Parts: sequence; structure tokens; C-alpha cells
Amino acid sequence: MLRQLTLKDHLLEYHLFSNRAITLLVLCGLMLLALLGRLWYLQVIEHEHFTTLSEDNRVKLQPIAPNRGLIYDRNGILLADNLPSYRLEITPEQVDDMPSTLMELEEYIHIRETDRDRFDKLLGRKPQFEAIPLRFHLSDEEVARFSVNRHRFPGVEIKAGLARHYPQNQVAVHALGYVGRIDEQSLKRIDPSNYSGTTHIGKTGVEKTYEDALHGSVGVRQVETTAQGRVVRILKRTPPKPGQNLYLTLDSRLQAAAEKAFGDYSGSAIALDPKSGDVLALVSMPTYDPNPFVNGIDSDDYARLRDDPDEPLFNRALRGQYPPGSTVKPFMGLAGLEHGLTGVNSSTYCPGYYMLPGSTRKYRDWKRTGHGTVDLDTAITQSCDVFFYDLALSLGVGRMHDYLQHFGFGKRTGIDIVGELPGLLPSPAWKRKRRGEPWFPGETIITGIGQGFFLSTPLQLATATSVLANGGYWMMPTIIRAKQEAGQDALLPHRSQTAETLSINNPQNWDLVIHAMVDVVHSNRGTARSIGKDSPYRIAGKTGTAQVYGLKEEEKYDAEAIPEELRDHALFIAFAPVDDPQIAVAVIVEHGGGGGAVAAPIARRILDAYLLDKPV
Amino acid sequence: MSYQLSTSRDDASQGGWQYRLHIDAPLLLALAGVSALGLIVLYSAGGEDMELVQRQMLRLGIAFGTMFAVAQVSPGVLQRLTPWAFTIGILLLLAVLVGGTTSGGAQRWLDLYFVRFQPSEMMKLAVPMMVAWYLADVRLPPNRFQLLASGIMIAVPMLMIAKQPDLGTALLIASAGFFVLFLAGLYWRIMIFLIVLTGAAAPLIWHYMHDYQRQRVLTFLSPETDPLGTGYHIIQSKIAIGSGGLFGKGWLNGTQSQLDFLPERSTDFIFAVLAEEFGFIGILALFAFYVFIVVRGILIAIQAQDTYTRLLAGSLTMTFFVYVIVNTGMVTGILPVVGLPLPAISYGGTSIVTLMAGFGILMSIQTHRKLLPT
Repeated sequence: MLRQLTLKDHLLEYHLFSNRAITLLVLCGLMLLALLGRLWYLQVIEHEHFTTLSEDNRVKLQPIAPNRGLIYDRNGILLADNLPSYRLEITPEQVDDMPSTLMELEEYIHIRETDRDRFDKLLGRKPQFEAIPLRFHLSDEEVARFSVNRHRFPGVEIKAGLARHYPQNQVAVHALGYVGRIDEQSLKRIDPSNYSGTTHIGKTGVEKTYEDALHGSVGVRQVETTAQGRVVRILKRTPPKPGQNLYLTLDSRLQAAAEKAFGDYSGSAIALDPKSGDVLALVSMPTYDPNPFVNGIDSDDYARLRDDPDEPLFNRALRGQYPPGSTVKPFMGLAGLEHGLTGVNSSTYCPGYYMLPGSTRKYRDWKRTGHGTVDLDTAITQSCDVFFYDLALSLGVGRMHDYLQHFGFGKRTGIDIVGELPGLLPSPAWKRKRRGEPWFPGETIITGIGQGFFLSTPLQLATATSVLANGGYWMMPTIIRAKQEAGQDALLPHRSQTAETLSINNPQNWDLVIHAMVDVVHSNRGTARSIGKDSPYRIAGKTGTAQVYGLKEEEKYDAEAIPEELRDHALFIAFAPVDDPQIAVAVIVEHGGGGGAVAAPIARRILDAYLLDKPV
Repeated sequence: MSYQLSTSRDDASQGGWQYRLHIDAPLLLALAGVSALGLIVLYSAGGEDMELVQRQMLRLGIAFGTMFAVAQVSPGVLQRLTPWAFTIGILLLLAVLVGGTTSGGAQRWLDLYFVRFQPSEMMKLAVPMMVAWYLADVRLPPNRFQLLASGIMIAVPMLMIAKQPDLGTALLIASAGFFVLFLAGLYWRIMIFLIVLTGAAAPLIWHYMHDYQRQRVLTFLSPETDPLGTGYHIIQSKIAIGSGGLFGKGWLNGTQSQLDFLPERSTDFIFAVLAEEFGFIGILALFAFYVFIVVRGILIAIQAQDTYTRLLAGSLTMTFFVYVIVNTGMVTGILPVVGLPLPAISYGGTSIVTLMAGFGILMSIQTHRKLLPT
């Protein structure tokens, strides 16, 4: 009985257990079905979505920087080149002991502190398998020395790349400009994706103005990478489109000659082809070598350039604003003639000074004894101030301002180099607006000889001279002659723009002024006669002297007695040959003294270099 | 009753050698099949590292050896040893809490000079054995007092292990104990009460959880909130599984696995490698093995001759299933990240040895049945 009960219990428990076990199996089955449902959802229903995500994971795009376009002068001489440049790179994961490796490397490679700082910074940021540059621009000697000892440095490699190089060094740097590493500021004006592989960008000059053309467009490499970014293989490659080559209007031979002609003087010279507006030479002295800027100039070297009292970094040609002085007299003469205020036969008496009616303030002529009775031709040839004081007063500031404006004074010429300043052609409206003061008649007088508020850049003077040489035809100065697609021979010419031609009432007026300018150089009383005597071609010119330092009424100007930085600027404008002008120049020599003595000879050398094809 | 006995006799007469060697051939074949599949996946997941595969083979060898050894011990001996094993296990857990070796922020190891030993592994077997031993002598279903006593036998080691902290093992031990109770006929109303109680205790559990454990739960609830931090595992694993599709990308061709996007790819997340390279079809193949093993285990349990072996066999089989479902649920993103390996596939871990020891017990139960004299 008892035994049977126990047995019965066993049977009961067996059935209980079996029921429970089957229940569990059913539960397991349900859970597995739920899991399989989940997997079906992930692998079949959402398969495409996850495939996309997986592709996004593994495929990365790497930019390939385009090669920068080259820059040539008008004769095909190379001004900006891309040279192979060697850099030293270290892959951290392959280096066992970084400090001692760096120390040993210094036996062969010069490592500056700035190099080390940049390296250390990148070392903390980049993944271990990515090569980090330690030094750029290794010298051939450094490359050779390292290569011999290469086996001692696992993980250290020399890599070749292209770096901008300016073979003419300091020549034409103010026109050409230079490239430098992309900085925060330049990042704002570029398309970041197009520059994703690019390290350098045009900082000044043509390199900056024509950045878009020179740069080209970025290429792309599709690579498969690991989660850490290590490249496993290249899937697809879209090559970059290299930048366009540029042919400048500059004549580098003329440019070099012009720079040489300045000697130790500071100043600027511009040579234009009046017919086309081509900038043949754009000189700002002193100049400097752009090459150190390409990979970051040493701070000491930069400080030296920056603090140099002669300001080599200052682009005088575009940004130097000088009183044009007597060089405005031909333009003033033309204004007088066109308005019928002076003629072939009218003349003015010059006693050596000028007084406004009803005033006793004397406006001096540069010649204290006076020029006596002068007509327009004499007034230009001998640069009589009194004649032009009188003419300016007759014209009035309004007509004077409007007429000179046609020659480009007071506004940017529009040259295709960044950073040009507009100069200043004063007017009563300007003075009221800027200074809140009325215009005085005395200011009209001194504006008539290019003094007072009147400011002009060397480029503006040269452009105005071109208009004169062209018979009123205005060409916008341009630095680019042609562009060229990389790998192709065809040149794509670049046309200069023109503004409206100056309306001329009487062409004889023009001849009169040009004749006077020829007399400046070729007559025996001309202020620039020193350069005219032996000239094989005829030059039309005008000297100028711009005061840096205001003389008191009775004070005598004595160049020897005053310090150089207060001496007058010497100016000269010219074009030649007179019958068929091929070149127009403007020369400003800072603190050079007299225009005829200092600026004119420099201009003559530039004209010779261009017209006689013989380097000075 | 006679039906029962005749079935046993049929088994015995059909598989004589299995009885002599104390081996259950179907179970052995299925386990070997899973292990072989695991080695193939591991070779790919480990980046074609043959040395890694060899180490895993050695580990599997030890696990299978343990299984054979355990299978030779008859269930009767096992039953007699049960209280001792449990008591020693508790003492060892105490020792770990007092003087265990810290590794990875958790105190789980006992350094025995020649070998580092994880007492919690032993408890995975000792707890269901103990509960089964206790319930073997009482009338089933258990009454409230017996339930309370069993509850204490489960809760004490579980809390000690949770304290180490090792949440995964604590949960496994709790579930192993629970399955014994369930199979012993635990009343449904008590189970519902337990579920409600757990729900009510959730805030309390949350309070005592470690930061990383809380983070895992949060990540599970919304992995996209922290795609580069803790959510990264789940996101990458879902991408791997989903991009595998129906047929997979092919062996050694899984980009998620081969290119390092999938973390822990040879250990806890190896299921995603299988899913990426062999697709839904590959998963079905793996699950076929697993289902076979679980069904075979439950059959052994049903056929077992006494309460102790029945409860133990059922619980051990279910523990194996818990491993599978928790790991795959985690990798597919339907369960929170709990560090449980995929049995016989994941690289490393002492858990495979414990699991195989469990299957040794199953084989012992199956092959030590008393035959009726013919």
C-alpha cells in the first residue's frame, strides 16, 4: 500500500516533469522563432539599408591634390615652377623608441624647434600608422646623408612631393606674389572640398588673384579602410585636374633690368604697353625672395623683412600713394587747352611766385628767380609752377577734377593683381565728406602741380601716361597674357578691357602737349635733357618732384642739409618712341631728390632695355 | 511503467558501446559539429590567425576531455557528492570575495598558484545540482517552505557572484536554479508572483547596479544615442548581420569583421561574423545544431529514471539554451549587452569547459540507467 503510493507519486511526478519539459521546449521554440524573425528583419527586409551602412563604413574618399599651374613671362621664361621636394616622414607604429630615434636623426638632418613642435603636435593627434612629416625641403646633401644611414631608422622615410619654387628669386615678386600654407584666413574664401588635398594657396600677387585657375580641381581616390582608417586597397581613382599655366605680360628681362636700374634706391617703376595695357614690368624696390615664404619663413627672417626701414614687403607699385608732383602738368596742360583757357600763343609771366587775388600768401615756383614770360610749351619743358597755378585757378577745382579723372587718377585701374589702392584725386565734395571742411582756393592751386591732397600710385601714373601716348584710348592694365591648359600647347589669350575713349575736342591740343613732353627730354632747356642727348629714339617725358617735407615760405630747399627720409621723391613719366609708342613708364624714386636727375635715367634704362633689346 | 522500462531496454540494447563508454552519440556528434563550425568562423574572425584556432582547439580538447571524464561518474555518486560540492563552492566564493584576484575591475578569480580558478563556474553546476538534490526527496510540487529553502540555495551564491561583480554568471545561476524549480512543478501563480516581484524590485536593482551595467541597459534601450561610445558595438553588429543578407558575403569576406569595424568579433560578437559571412542560411545551420542539442537534452531528462537526474538534466539543457538566446539576443540588439559567449563558437572562456562538463553529466545520466533484468 505504502509502496504503491510512492510509485503513484513517481508516476505523477514523471507526468508533471514531462509536461513542464514540453512546456519549456515550446517556450524555447517561441523564443527561437522571435530571434529568427529578428534576423529575417535585419538580413532580408533591412538588408539594403545595412549594406549601405557597411559600404559607408569601409569605403573612404581620399583627396588627391592637383598640380599647381606654372607661371611664365611673356617670352616663356619660367617664373613659378613646381620642383620635387623631399620631406622626412616618420610612421610612429614602426618606431620603437621615438626620443632616441629623433636624437640620432639630428646627426644627419637639421631639425628646427618649430619642426619638432609641429611634429609633436601631430604625433598626439594622428593614428599610429599614419606617417607624420618631420622636415620639409630637405637639401640634396641631407637626402644623401640620410639615405646612406637609412637602415638604422625603421619607420623613417623620405618622401618626394612638389613644392612651389620661384627660379628668378626676388625678380617681380610684387607682381608674382607667392604661395604659402593654407591658414585660417584663406580657408574662408575657398571651397574646402576642392582644397582637401591641397596644402598651399596663393597669398599675394598673381598667385592669389589667379588662385582658381592655378589651383585646378581635386581628384579623389576611393579606398577601403579598416575601422582605424588604415588603407587596405584602392578601389577607384579619379585623377585631379591640374591648374592652368599662366603666361604673364611681364618681360622678365626688362623687369630684372628695371630692378637693377634702381640700385640702392627705394621706389617703384611700371612699364606698360600703351596699346594693349600689358604690364611689361612692375617694380617695387627693394624686393625680396619669395621662396622662404613657401614653407613658412623663419620668424627671425620674417622679422628682419618686416622691420626693415626700406619696407621690402610693401608693394609700392600698387599700394604706394605719392603726390604726383609736376608729372600732372601735361594732363593739366591738356585740360587747359581742351577748355580753351590756354593756347599756342597765350602766355603767363612767372616772377618766381604766385599770389591769389586779394591775398599776400606767396606760392613759390621751384625756380626762385622765376621763368619770366612762359607759354604752355615752356611751362611743361621747364616745369614752371606759376603757369599751372594760374591755369588751375582758371579751370577751377571742379573742371580740373573731372578732366584728370579721365586719365584714371583717383580710382583703381582694375589691374588683375590683388591689393591695388585708388590714390586720391581731391575735390570739394571729397573734402567735405572726409574732413568736414570747405575747399580753399589755395588748395586748387597746389593740386594743379600735383601736390596737396593729390595722391597717385605708380601704376596710375603709368596708366595715365599710356592714355596720353594712346591719344586718349584707355586700356586697363593687365598682367595676364594667356592661359594654358596643362599638357596642351594651345594658349588661350586673355583680352584686356577698355573703357570709353577720352573725347578730344582738338587733336592739335594733344600734339601740342606731346611736343612739349618731347622738349622735356630733347630740348636743351628741358628738365630731363640729360637722358635725351644720346637717345636713338625720341622720348616724350615729364619730370616731377614730390615734396615729402613742407618748406616754409622763405626756407630754401637744400638736399644736402636735410635727412634722406625727408628728401623729395623723384618722379618721371615717359613713353617712347613718340611716333609709335610701344612703352609707357612711370618711375618714382623715394627720397631721390630731383626727377630729372634720378628718376629719368632709370626710366631711360627701362626704355633702352625694352626698345633696344639690350640689357643695361 | 512497463512502457517506460521497455524503452530503456531498447536504448540499451541498441547502443551497447555507448553504454560501456558512457557516451551519448547523437549529443556528441552535435557538439562536435557546432565546435567545428565554430573553428571555421573563428579562423575568419581572428584574422586568419592559425595560432588562435589552435589554442581554441586545445581548449575544446580539454572541454571534451572533461565531458568524457564527468560522464564516467555515475549519477548516484554525483548525487551523494552534491551537498559537499555546493558547500565547497560557497566557501570558495567567500574566499574570492575576501582574497580573490582582481581582473578587469571584477573580483572573480582565485589564484591557486598553479592555476587561476573561477569558483563561479563551478557554481553553474553546483547550484542546480543542489536544488535538484534537495527536491529529489520531497513530494512534488514543492510546498512553500521547500520553495523558500530552494530560493535561499539559489539566492546566496547568486548574490555572492553578483557582488564580484559578474552579472552574466549570476543570471545564469539564477536561471539554472529556477529551471529546476520550474521542472519540479512550481505553481504558475507563484511564478507570476515572482515576475511581479522582480518588476517591483527593478528600481532597487537599478540602484545597486554598477555604472557600466546601467550604461549597458541604457545603451540597449537606445544604442543610437551614443554611436561612438557604448552603442558602437550594437550598431556595428547590426550592420554586420544586416549586410550579410540571406547568403552572406562569403567566408573571410565580411568587411565589418575583416576591417575591424566589429568589436569583440572573435569572442562575444562572433555570431555577427557568422551572420555576415554565411548569412541567414548559415545561422539556420547553426541553430539546427543548437535545437538538436536542446531537444536531445530534454529527451534525456524525460527518460531519466529518478527525480534528481531528471531535474538536473533538464536544468543543464536549459542553461545551454539560455547561453544561446542571451548571446544571440544581445548581438542582434533585442537584449541588453550581457557578456555571455556563444557556446562552442566564441573564442576563449572557461565557460565552455563548464558547459561540456554539464553535457558530461547528461551523458552520464543517459548511460548509467539501471536495466531491468531480462
